Amino acid sequence: MTSYLLETLKSKFPDAVLETHAFRGDETALVGKEDLLRVAAFLRDELGFDMLMDLTAADYLPRDPRFELVCHLYSTRHNYRLRLKCPVGGDAPAVASLTGLWAGANWFEREVWDMFGINFEGHPDLRRILMYDGFEGHPLRKDYPLKQRQPRIPHRD
Amino acid sequence: MGLETAFGHSYLTTRLDEAVNWARKYSFFNYPFVTACCGMEFMSTFASTYDIARFGAEYPRFSPRQADVLFVVGTVNEKLAPVLKRVYDQMCEPKWVVSFGVCATSGGFYDNYATVQGIDKIIPVDIYIPGCPPRPEAVLDALVKLQEKVAKESVLDRKYK
Repeated sequence: MTSYLLETLKSKFPDAVLETHAFRGDETALVGKEDLLRVAAFLRDELGFDMLMDLTAADYLPRDPRFELVCHLYSTRHNYRLRLKCPVGGDAPAVASLTGLWAGANWFEREVWDMFGINFEGHPDLRRILMYDGFEGHPLRKDYPLKQRQPRIPHRD
Repeated sequence: MGLETAFGHSYLTTRLDEAVNWARKYSFFNYPFVTACCGMEFMSTFASTYDIARFGAEYPRFSPRQADVLFVVGTVNEKLAPVLKRVYDQMCEPKWVVSFGVCATSGGFYDNYATVQGIDKIIPVDIYIPGCPPRPEAVLDALVKLQEKVAKESVLDRKYK
Protein backbone atom coordinates (compact mmCIF):
# COMPACT_ATOMS: atom_id res chain seq x y z
CA MET A 1 0.00 0.00 0.00
CA THR A 2 1.43 3.36 -0.90
CA SER A 3 1.24 6.12 1.62
CA TYR A 4 0.37 9.62 0.54
CA LEU A 5 2.52 11.17 3.27
CA LEU A 6 5.58 9.07 2.66
CA GLU A 7 5.35 9.35 -1.12
CA THR A 8 5.02 13.12 -0.87
CA LEU A 9 8.03 13.33 1.40
CA LYS A 10 10.11 11.09 -0.82
CA SER A 11 9.31 13.00 -3.98
CA LYS A 12 9.85 16.37 -2.31
CA PHE A 13 13.09 15.44 -0.52
CA PRO A 14 14.67 12.60 -2.50
CA ASP A 15 18.07 13.16 -0.85
CA ALA A 16 16.93 13.92 2.68
CA VAL A 17 14.64 10.95 3.25
CA LEU A 18 16.92 8.01 4.03
CA GLU A 19 14.26 5.41 4.57
CA THR A 20 10.53 5.03 5.05
CA HIS A 21 8.34 2.28 6.36
CA ALA A 22 4.76 1.80 7.36
CA PHE A 23 3.32 -0.88 9.59
CA ARG A 24 -0.46 -1.10 10.01
CA GLY A 25 -0.86 2.60 9.35
CA ASP A 26 2.09 3.70 11.49
CA GLU A 27 4.17 5.67 9.06
CA THR A 28 7.80 6.43 9.69
CA ALA A 29 10.30 8.49 7.77
CA LEU A 30 14.01 8.56 8.52
CA VAL A 31 15.67 11.80 7.50
CA GLY A 32 19.25 13.00 7.52
CA LYS A 33 20.40 15.23 10.34
CA GLU A 34 21.21 18.20 8.11
CA ASP A 35 17.75 18.14 6.55
CA LEU A 36 15.69 17.67 9.70
CA LEU A 37 14.69 21.28 10.05
CA ARG A 38 13.81 21.64 6.37
CA VAL A 39 11.66 18.50 6.33
CA ALA A 40 10.01 19.41 9.62
CA ALA A 41 9.14 22.88 8.36
CA PHE A 42 7.60 21.36 5.24
CA LEU A 43 5.58 18.94 7.32
CA ARG A 44 4.27 21.71 9.50
CA ASP A 45 3.58 24.33 6.85
CA GLU A 46 2.55 22.27 3.85
CA LEU A 47 1.16 19.04 5.25
CA GLY A 48 -0.59 20.47 8.28
CA PHE A 49 1.35 18.81 11.12
CA ASP A 50 0.54 21.48 13.65
CA MET A 51 1.33 19.46 16.73
CA LEU A 52 4.50 17.85 18.05
CA MET A 53 3.15 15.06 20.21
CA ASP A 54 6.43 13.66 21.40
CA LEU A 55 10.13 14.04 20.93
CA THR A 56 12.53 11.53 22.38
CA ALA A 57 15.62 9.55 21.48
CA ALA A 58 17.07 6.06 21.56
CA ASP A 59 20.63 4.88 22.07
CA TYR A 60 21.74 1.99 19.84
CA LEU A 61 25.24 1.92 21.31
CA PRO A 62 27.49 -0.21 19.13
CA ARG A 63 25.87 1.21 16.04
CA ASP A 64 27.12 4.27 14.25
CA PRO A 65 25.49 6.78 14.23
CA ARG A 66 24.68 5.92 17.76
CA PHE A 67 21.52 7.88 18.61
CA GLU A 68 18.22 8.24 16.90
CA LEU A 69 15.97 11.21 17.49
CA VAL A 70 12.29 10.25 17.33
CA CYS A 71 9.53 12.81 16.76
CA HIS A 72 5.84 12.01 16.70
CA LEU A 73 3.85 14.51 14.73
CA TYR A 74 0.11 14.93 14.60
CA SER A 75 -2.18 16.96 12.40
CA THR A 76 -5.27 18.14 14.22
CA ARG A 77 -6.75 19.31 10.93
CA HIS A 78 -6.38 16.07 9.03
CA ASN A 79 -6.18 13.62 11.92
CA TYR A 80 -3.06 11.88 10.77
CA ARG A 81 0.23 11.07 12.32
CA LEU A 82 3.81 10.63 11.26
CA ARG A 83 6.91 9.41 13.03
CA LEU A 84 10.00 11.31 12.01
CA LYS A 85 13.35 9.80 12.93
CA CYS A 86 16.79 11.22 12.58
CA PRO A 87 20.12 9.46 13.20
CA VAL A 88 22.55 11.46 15.35
CA GLY A 89 26.09 10.41 16.08
CA GLY A 90 29.57 11.58 16.95
CA ASP A 91 31.40 12.31 20.19
CA ALA A 92 29.37 15.46 20.79
CA PRO A 93 26.03 14.56 19.24
CA ALA A 94 24.06 17.58 18.11
CA VAL A 95 21.03 18.29 16.01
CA ALA A 96 18.97 21.32 15.07
CA SER A 97 16.36 22.38 17.60
CA LEU A 98 12.70 22.17 16.63
CA THR A 99 11.64 24.86 19.10
CA GLY A 100 11.36 27.38 16.29
CA LEU A 101 8.68 25.26 14.64
CA TRP A 102 6.85 23.84 17.63
CA ALA A 103 7.24 25.65 20.95
CA GLY A 104 6.36 22.39 22.68
CA ALA A 105 9.72 20.97 21.64
CA ASN A 106 11.38 23.04 24.35
CA TRP A 107 10.94 20.72 27.32
CA PHE A 108 11.17 17.54 25.21
CA GLU A 109 14.55 18.64 23.97
CA ARG A 110 15.68 19.50 27.47
CA GLU A 111 14.72 16.00 28.52
CA VAL A 112 16.61 14.43 25.62
CA TRP A 113 19.61 16.58 26.51
CA ASP A 114 19.34 15.52 30.14
CA MET A 115 18.93 11.80 29.48
CA PHE A 116 21.02 11.29 26.33
CA GLY A 117 23.28 14.32 26.06
CA ILE A 118 22.21 15.30 22.59
CA ASN A 119 22.81 18.97 22.04
CA PHE A 120 20.08 20.98 20.33
CA GLU A 121 21.49 23.84 18.34
CA GLY A 122 19.30 26.91 18.56
CA HIS A 123 17.45 25.85 21.72
CA PRO A 124 16.67 28.92 23.83
CA ASP A 125 17.39 27.38 27.25
CA LEU A 126 19.05 23.99 27.05
CA ARG A 127 19.63 22.72 30.60
CA ARG A 128 18.69 19.65 32.58
CA ILE A 129 15.01 19.20 33.30
CA LEU A 130 14.75 15.96 35.31
CA MET A 131 18.09 15.37 36.97
CA TYR A 132 19.45 17.79 39.53
CA ASP A 133 22.23 20.34 39.26
CA GLY A 134 25.58 18.67 39.72
CA PHE A 135 24.49 15.39 38.16
CA GLU A 136 27.23 14.12 35.89
CA GLY A 137 26.64 12.20 32.71
CA HIS A 138 23.46 11.23 30.91
CA PRO A 139 21.73 8.29 32.58
CA LEU A 140 19.83 6.80 29.64
CA ARG A 141 22.97 6.33 27.60
CA LYS A 142 23.79 2.67 27.29
CA ASP A 143 27.31 3.25 28.59
CA TYR A 144 26.12 4.96 31.78
CA PRO A 145 27.12 2.49 34.55
CA LEU A 146 24.04 0.58 35.71
CA LYS A 147 24.89 0.80 39.40
CA GLN A 148 26.26 4.32 39.48
CA ARG A 149 24.60 6.56 42.04
CA GLN A 150 25.08 10.28 42.51
CA PRO A 151 23.49 11.17 45.85
CA ARG A 152 22.85 14.81 46.62
CA ILE A 153 23.27 14.32 50.34
CA PRO A 154 25.51 11.76 52.06
CA HIS A 155 23.82 8.43 52.78
CA ARG A 156 23.72 6.97 56.29
CA ASP A 157 25.74 3.88 57.36
CA MET B 1 -3.16 0.48 98.58
CA GLY B 2 -1.26 3.59 97.67
CA LEU B 3 -2.25 7.16 97.10
CA GLU B 4 -5.63 6.15 95.77
CA THR B 5 -6.74 5.02 99.24
CA ALA B 6 -5.70 8.32 100.75
CA PHE B 7 -7.29 10.55 98.13
CA GLY B 8 -10.22 8.50 96.97
CA HIS B 9 -10.97 8.00 93.33
CA SER B 10 -9.59 11.40 92.25
CA TYR B 11 -6.09 9.98 91.78
CA LEU B 12 -4.44 7.20 89.84
CA THR B 13 -0.82 6.26 90.29
CA THR B 14 1.29 4.84 87.51
CA ARG B 15 4.77 5.02 86.09
CA LEU B 16 5.50 8.21 84.22
CA ASP B 17 6.63 6.28 81.15
CA GLU B 18 3.42 4.34 80.99
CA ALA B 19 1.21 7.39 81.30
CA VAL B 20 3.15 9.36 78.70
CA ASN B 21 3.48 6.46 76.30
CA TRP B 22 -0.20 5.66 76.63
CA ALA B 23 -0.99 9.20 75.55
CA ARG B 24 1.58 9.19 72.79
CA LYS B 25 0.68 5.92 71.20
CA TYR B 26 -3.02 6.68 70.90
CA SER B 27 -2.66 10.17 69.49
CA PHE B 28 -0.21 10.05 66.62
CA PHE B 29 -0.30 13.12 64.44
CA ASN B 30 1.13 11.95 61.18
CA TYR B 31 2.78 13.72 58.33
CA PRO B 32 2.07 11.98 55.02
CA PHE B 33 5.10 12.34 52.74
CA VAL B 34 3.32 10.89 49.74
CA THR B 35 5.23 10.60 46.49
CA ALA B 36 3.68 7.76 44.51
CA CYS B 37 0.92 5.25 43.95
CA CYS B 38 1.11 3.90 47.54
CA GLY B 39 -0.75 7.09 48.39
CA MET B 40 -3.97 5.45 47.20
CA GLU B 41 -3.70 2.70 49.80
CA PHE B 42 -2.72 5.30 52.35
CA MET B 43 -5.91 7.23 51.63
CA SER B 44 -7.88 4.02 51.78
CA THR B 45 -6.48 3.28 55.20
CA PHE B 46 -7.52 6.70 56.37
CA ALA B 47 -11.00 6.53 54.87
CA SER B 48 -14.01 5.11 56.62
CA THR B 49 -13.78 1.46 55.48
CA TYR B 50 -10.51 0.81 57.28
CA ASP B 51 -10.72 3.86 59.50
CA ILE B 52 -7.34 4.45 61.07
CA ALA B 53 -9.17 6.69 63.56
CA ARG B 54 -9.94 3.53 65.51
CA PHE B 55 -6.27 3.58 66.49
CA GLY B 56 -6.16 7.25 67.28
CA ALA B 57 -3.98 8.19 64.31
CA GLU B 58 -6.49 9.79 62.01
CA TYR B 59 -5.19 13.30 62.16
CA PRO B 60 -2.73 14.27 59.43
CA ARG B 61 -0.76 17.45 60.01
CA PHE B 62 0.58 19.00 56.87
CA SER B 63 3.33 20.72 58.76
CA PRO B 64 6.16 18.46 59.93
CA ARG B 65 6.57 20.70 62.97
CA GLN B 66 3.26 19.49 64.34
CA ALA B 67 3.68 15.83 63.45
CA ASP B 68 4.80 12.81 65.45
CA VAL B 69 4.96 10.14 62.78
CA LEU B 70 6.42 10.59 59.34
CA PHE B 71 4.80 8.29 56.81
CA VAL B 72 7.06 8.02 53.77
CA VAL B 73 4.65 6.72 51.18
CA GLY B 74 6.18 5.83 47.83
CA THR B 75 9.39 6.09 45.88
CA VAL B 76 12.01 8.57 47.02
CA ASN B 77 14.61 9.52 44.46
CA GLU B 78 17.97 11.16 44.89
CA LYS B 79 16.56 14.48 43.78
CA LEU B 80 13.98 14.37 46.54
CA ALA B 81 16.24 13.00 49.28
CA PRO B 82 17.32 16.39 50.67
CA VAL B 83 13.66 17.40 50.91
CA LEU B 84 12.81 14.28 52.90
CA LYS B 85 15.78 14.88 55.19
CA ARG B 86 14.69 18.45 55.74
CA VAL B 87 11.11 17.47 56.52
CA TYR B 88 12.41 14.92 59.02
CA ASP B 89 14.76 17.42 60.62
CA GLN B 90 11.88 19.85 61.12
CA MET B 91 9.88 17.37 63.16
CA CYS B 92 10.06 17.75 66.93
CA GLU B 93 11.07 14.94 69.25
CA PRO B 94 9.64 12.48 69.92
CA LYS B 95 9.25 11.39 66.32
CA TRP B 96 8.88 8.14 64.47
CA VAL B 97 9.17 7.13 60.85
CA VAL B 98 7.15 4.55 58.96
CA SER B 99 8.42 3.37 55.59
CA PHE B 100 5.29 2.64 53.59
CA GLY B 101 5.63 0.14 50.76
CA VAL B 102 8.54 -1.59 49.13
CA CYS B 103 9.87 1.45 47.27
CA ALA B 104 10.37 3.51 50.38
CA THR B 105 11.76 0.46 52.16
CA SER B 106 14.33 -0.73 49.62
CA GLY B 107 13.83 1.11 46.36
CA GLY B 108 11.70 -1.79 45.15
CA PHE B 109 12.25 -2.66 41.55
CA TYR B 110 13.61 0.81 40.87
CA ASP B 111 17.23 -0.27 41.09
CA ASN B 112 18.45 2.59 38.95
CA TYR B 113 20.37 5.84 38.77
CA ALA B 114 17.57 7.93 40.22
CA THR B 115 16.12 6.03 43.17
CA VAL B 116 17.26 5.93 46.79
CA GLN B 117 17.60 2.26 47.74
CA GLY B 118 15.51 2.60 50.87
CA ILE B 119 14.81 5.75 52.87
CA ASP B 120 16.91 4.42 55.74
CA LYS B 121 19.85 5.64 53.68
CA ILE B 122 18.54 9.13 54.46
CA ILE B 123 16.70 9.01 57.80
CA PRO B 124 16.24 6.40 60.57
CA VAL B 125 13.14 4.23 60.18
CA ASP B 126 11.07 2.57 62.91
CA ILE B 127 8.63 0.40 61.00
CA TYR B 128 8.78 -1.00 57.49
CA ILE B 129 5.61 -2.03 55.66
CA PRO B 130 6.16 -4.45 52.78
CA GLY B 131 3.89 -4.62 49.76
CA CYS B 132 3.48 -3.00 46.40
CA PRO B 133 1.35 -1.34 47.56
CA PRO B 134 0.62 -2.64 51.08
CA ARG B 135 -2.97 -3.50 51.87
CA PRO B 136 -4.67 -1.30 54.46
CA GLU B 137 -4.60 -4.21 56.92
CA ALA B 138 -0.81 -4.21 56.68
CA VAL B 139 -0.77 -0.49 57.40
CA LEU B 140 -2.95 -0.93 60.45
CA ASP B 141 -0.74 -3.80 61.59
CA ALA B 142 2.28 -1.52 61.23
CA LEU B 143 0.55 1.14 63.26
CA VAL B 144 -0.18 -1.32 66.05
CA LYS B 145 3.45 -2.47 65.94
CA LEU B 146 4.55 1.13 66.21
CA GLN B 147 2.25 1.59 69.20
CA GLU B 148 3.83 -1.46 70.82
CA LYS B 149 7.25 -0.02 70.17
CA VAL B 150 6.30 3.35 71.61
CA ALA B 151 4.88 1.67 74.69
CA LYS B 152 8.32 0.23 75.47
CA GLU B 153 10.16 3.51 75.21
CA SER B 154 11.21 5.73 78.08
CA VAL B 155 10.56 9.44 78.21
CA LEU B 156 14.22 9.84 79.04
CA ASP B 157 15.31 8.29 75.75
CA ARG B 158 16.66 10.56 73.12
CA LYS B 159 16.55 8.16 70.27
CA TYR B 160 18.03 10.18 67.51
CA LYS B 161 20.94 12.42 68.17
